[in-house]
Amino acid sequence: MIDRVLSLSNISKRFGNLVANDAITLDLQAGEILALLGENGAGKSTLVSILFGHYTADAGSITVFGKPLAAGDPKAALAAGIGMVHQHFTLADNLSVLDNVMMGSESLWQVHTRRAAARDKLAEVAQRFGLTVDADALVAKLSVGERQRVEILKALYRGVRILILDEPTAVLTPQESESLFAVLGQMVAHGLSIIFISHKLAEVLRVSDRVAVLRAGKLVAQADARNTTQAQLAQWMVGHAVSPPQRRPSQRTGQAACVLHQVSTAPARDRLDGVSLTLHGGEIVAIAGISGNGQATLAEVLCGTRRITAGRIELMGQPLPHAPSQLVALGVARIPEDRHGVGLVGDLPVWENAVSERLRSPVFSRAFWVKRRIAQDYAKAVIARFDVRGGGPGTTARSLSGGNMQKLVLGRALMHPGSLVDTDTRAFTPKLIVAHQPTWGLDIGAVAYVQEQLFAARDAGAAVLLISDDLDEVLTLGDRVAVMHGGHLGQAKPALDWSRESIGLAMAGAQDVAHAT
Amino acid sequence: MRLEKRQHSSPWALVLAPIGAVAFTLLVSALLVRWAGAPVGQTYALLLQGAYGSVFALSETLTRAIPLMLTGLAATVAFKARLFNIGAEGQLYVGALAAVAVGGMHDGTGLPLPPMLLFVLMLLSAALAGALLLLGPALMKARLGVDEVVTTLLLNFIVLLLVSLMLDGPMKDPTAMGWPQSVALMGELELAKLIPQTRLHTGLLLAISLAVALWALMKYTVLGFDIRALGANPRAAAFSGVPVTRTMVAVALLSGALAGLAGAIEVAGRTSYLTLDMSPGYGYSGIVIAMLAALHPLAVVVASVFVAGMLVGADSMSRAVGVPTFIADVIVAASLISVLVATLLTQYRVRWK
Repeated sequence: MIDRVLSLSNISKRFGNLVANDAITLDLQAGEILALLGENGAGKSTLVSILFGHYTADAGSITVFGKPLAAGDPKAALAAGIGMVHQHFTLADNLSVLDNVMMGSESLWQVHTRRAAARDKLAEVAQRFGLTVDADALVAKLSVGERQRVEILKALYRGVRILILDEPTAVLTPQESESLFAVLGQMVAHGLSIIFISHKLAEVLRVSDRVAVLRAGKLVAQADARNTTQAQLAQWMVGHAVSPPQRRPSQRTGQAACVLHQVSTAPARDRLDGVSLTLHGGEIVAIAGISGNGQATLAEVLCGTRRITAGRIELMGQPLPHAPSQLVALGVARIPEDRHGVGLVGDLPVWENAVSERLRSPVFSRAFWVKRRIAQDYAKAVIARFDVRGGGPGTTARSLSGGNMQKLVLGRALMHPGSLVDTDTRAFTPKLIVAHQPTWGLDIGAVAYVQEQLFAARDAGAAVLLISDDLDEVLTLGDRVAVMHGGHLGQAKPALDWSRESIGLAMAGAQDVAHAT
Repeated sequence: MRLEKRQHSSPWALVLAPIGAVAFTLLVSALLVRWAGAPVGQTYALLLQGAYGSVFALSETLTRAIPLMLTGLAATVAFKARLFNIGAEGQLYVGALAAVAVGGMHDGTGLPLPPMLLFVLMLLSAALAGALLLLGPALMKARLGVDEVVTTLLLNFIVLLLVSLMLDGPMKDPTAMGWPQSVALMGELELAKLIPQTRLHTGLLLAISLAVALWALMKYTVLGFDIRALGANPRAAAFSGVPVTRTMVAVALLSGALAGLAGAIEVAGRTSYLTLDMSPGYGYSGIVIAMLAALHPLAVVVASVFVAGMLVGADSMSRAVGVPTFIADVIVAASLISVLVATLLTQYRVRWK
């Protein structure tokens, strides 16, 4: 092996009773890409935060280039040559690329900025690593992929020797991911070392030299990327063998459940522009696209939280009502993208969250009074049937884990309160399910559970609209797949007619090319 | 030094936090009492005695607590929905003004209506006046995003000038020898005394019933859920179908009505006419009380009796030992700060370095 640039030794960190990192010992060599793999909550973020000085470890030490790193001091980490590209970028939108790169790298007491020198240095760095970007462009005008390049440039400009990338491909198209991997290859060729945090098995194997797997705070395995398989990595990650989700095409497509005709919303960054789509009962239509191209707005429109300015939407032949409670009453099951911020009110107990969508229906309230007994019974039934763990009806929703929050959201959307007293499942199956990133940030077990529930609801006759940034999910679950770009929705075609390449091109806006090929 | 969020609040912290808050308050106040050169133990004893030590002391404390309960409830319901109503002082004054307008002895006689009807009408108009005063800021917040802290705070001064205008003009009491005070309320409309020979009036019962009613509303009704959901997470509330603007309006009407009632009850129960110095900042103290009570309607009753007790007790204590009455403000302020810090510490741990 070549020289060690970074070594973590016996790092432990507890939050109350939770052991986030348990005696983790890990080395990073010069010129290698180390992938840090693990499910949500496995301790990846905590470990990186300790390395970067945002947290102080309870025990253990860090050595960088042979010297001990002062704990709990982000400036020391920067000075030692450690840089980080966060999942959510830390750029100032109203400044140019050059300003963003220079920001914070000059002394406050300097009389004037040295822009010309900085521009030359930026150009030199950009050229060396093959990262072309217009230095004078306003960051607000850049695409997500370009912004990520600016983040990387910012780190390289400061002369980092160790770069940490947190879920860097989450926001990229397949093509953009490929070009990112090429850049990473250039960087290690120049002797830099990279820690690549991800939970996507395929790209971990594709890009890294070595993989370290975390599970429940422990480092459970390290392996050479060439000598391992996705199945092996998944087993390490979860602790038992898992089978990847299988395609399960629709058996019986019913009649049109929801029809969108030339739907537009008010001009804004994330608008809809003349979107037409027909959703049939018994099929899953999956929408792919780079986030920010209108998918969120499409979900909001169908969830009753965004008004349309043109076009019309029909649900079972009737105009779609505006108010969320009316939508729910008509059989629309809604799974929002952001379960913390939109799906649940964290400070309120689980039972109130379980009935919040239907609180205005006569099932759960009479005049002004909430029927607390019935509401709590319903919540208990949701908890039991959807296996929500970590709290009863009275605990606050905030104290549930992400996976259990999602089960609660899923449960209240899919389980009609009528099914408590009557077992006629068909009458209580939702007509339309709007699932926006339903598996985002969940661990493998919870992902399988959510996908299973969507399949089951579809097979019971529901029309499912699945909006996801995860291409694998789109291609595995979708019976038909359509791509959104710039507020336009492309034609929905059978999932098997798409390839990863053609989807990637359509996501980047080359709709016509995709049709031609 | 930095704060880290606790995964779970330990039961010890939940027990120790209020004890620590009380101890800190007593300690800070004790230092100031020592500084004033008075014996600490005796000062505290006199303070408590003056607040709760006799029927008379208790009656004075409870009398003072009545408007504080109502403004405290006004702040509680508004803050629960994250409508930061700083205008309870102004709403209290318009309430009092409306009460006098309906129930006052204009030109020597009141409105020719049965007293019972007039009494209800008086309370309703006071509640309505307070409610309408808050409606504007609430609508501007919901529709235009105008900061309600600024609008409600500034409305207080406008209302005070309006009251001043009325007291020197149309509502001026001609028998007050030029003093700016309103005509008196009709005798039949004044609230009965709860204890003879004291100032304690039946407004206490009304205030406590309103606290219970608000508690029930928050806990058992759909509107109560809407208010709590809106305050805790407006986006999730809107997603689940809470009518955001309508709820905000309802909260504004409730909060303003409670503060307006405080004004009417003060006039009907204690002063019987309106002056510009009727409220020593009851509207602002209501905010302190709501925070001390952690926005719980029933705890507002307790917090009001505590704050009123400190104010009344300090009055009688300062006559006996040479400690200024400002010590009451210090105690109330220190207790608020220590309660807030103690609450914070049950949710976060402090890490040094």
